[in-house]
Amino acid sequence: MDAAALIQALTERFPNAVRSSHAYRGDATIVVSREALLDLARALKDDAAFQMNFLMDLTAVDFSTFGKKPSPAFFASSGVAVRPSAELPDEHPWPGPPEVPNAAAALGAPPVPARFVVVYHFFSLPLKHRLRVEVPLEEADAELDSVTALWAGANWLEREVWDMFGIRFRGHPNLKRILMYDQFVGHPLRKDYPVNRRQPLIKTNGDVSSH
Amino acid sequence: MSDDAGFLTSRLDEAIGWARKYSIFQYPFVTACCGMEYMATACSHYDIDRFGAGLPRFSPRQADVLFVVGTISQKMAPVLKRIYDQMAEPKWVVSFGVCTCTGGFYDNYATLMGIDTIIPVDVYIPGCPPRPEYVLDGLLKLQAKIQAQHESGQRPAPEPRPELEPEPWMPPR
Repeated sequence: MDAAALIQALTERFPNAVRSSHAYRGDATIVVSREALLDLARALKDDAAFQMNFLMDLTAVDFSTFGKKPSPAFFASSGVAVRPSAELPDEHPWPGPPEVPNAAAALGAPPVPARFVVVYHFFSLPLKHRLRVEVPLEEADAELDSVTALWAGANWLEREVWDMFGIRFRGHPNLKRILMYDQFVGHPLRKDYPVNRRQPLIKTNGDVSSH
Repeated sequence: MSDDAGFLTSRLDEAIGWARKYSIFQYPFVTACCGMEYMATACSHYDIDRFGAGLPRFSPRQADVLFVVGTISQKMAPVLKRIYDQMAEPKWVVSFGVCTCTGGFYDNYATLMGIDTIIPVDVYIPGCPPRPEYVLDGLLKLQAKIQAQHESGQRPAPEPRPELEPEPWMPPR
């Protein structure tokens, strides 16, 4: 299935789960609510029409500073004016970062921008098609279901997302840090983690001449 | 060399220094991409064995020189310190590549900003990575240092670095 057919099939089958979709640069992408993630993932893996037996990647994005700071021009200090080149036109433009529905959505409140987006990249080895699934999450409730029961390879990927972003996965068999040490406080890839913050395991100073 | 040292003693010291500098048993603590350049230096084309440093020992207790090759993360720092502590005197440390010298272009939560914040360093070989000729030059400088140290009878203390205290910070939750 190509990108458009894949998006259409999934939207028809899960009309409530798929909130939006796009095919920017030809990559089929659907935005899914976290409540519907497990059902959709199970269908993606087991349904003969999809057969997504390969979870290529599972990662997350922190959108908290997205679009808020002007990106610095390269070589700005050299006095050479460099502007980012205009974006190449695409027939499916990127719709922007995903949003989560407002808690007061019933009162007509607009959706709020998502702090985190968990991104899944699926590939079907027999059918040779790809799909990106995005699950937007709020900061206060950064938690969603684990897919380790479906793709065993998600185990370490979800641990990495927990370690770097502090997003919890319900039902994960062993959700603990995978890259950082246990004494580490906080989650370093969050945009509010100070870039200069160090948490050394041993004393680091100049008093090393005692040998 | 003090003035009252006899001719034989001073000659003996010189001979011991000469023997030590040409029989370096190195411990390659290779963690990152600099390791490829280290291998290039050690193999036959550049042939580090011409300088008597051709035999790496993979036990710190049998090694004289600790070659720290590649980025050291905060997680790895206690391991490096322990390896250094396990080496027997006399011992020397070579900081291979700019990451081990200063942290290099890394300035983040994960990377140790230079191994001299945890262990003393005798020779710094910056470069990303340093070319084999540069490494051999650093090795020659280390050999000169070993010879001079033995003749003077004492090892100069490394220059102290200022204390690096992180500012107080609390996690967001």
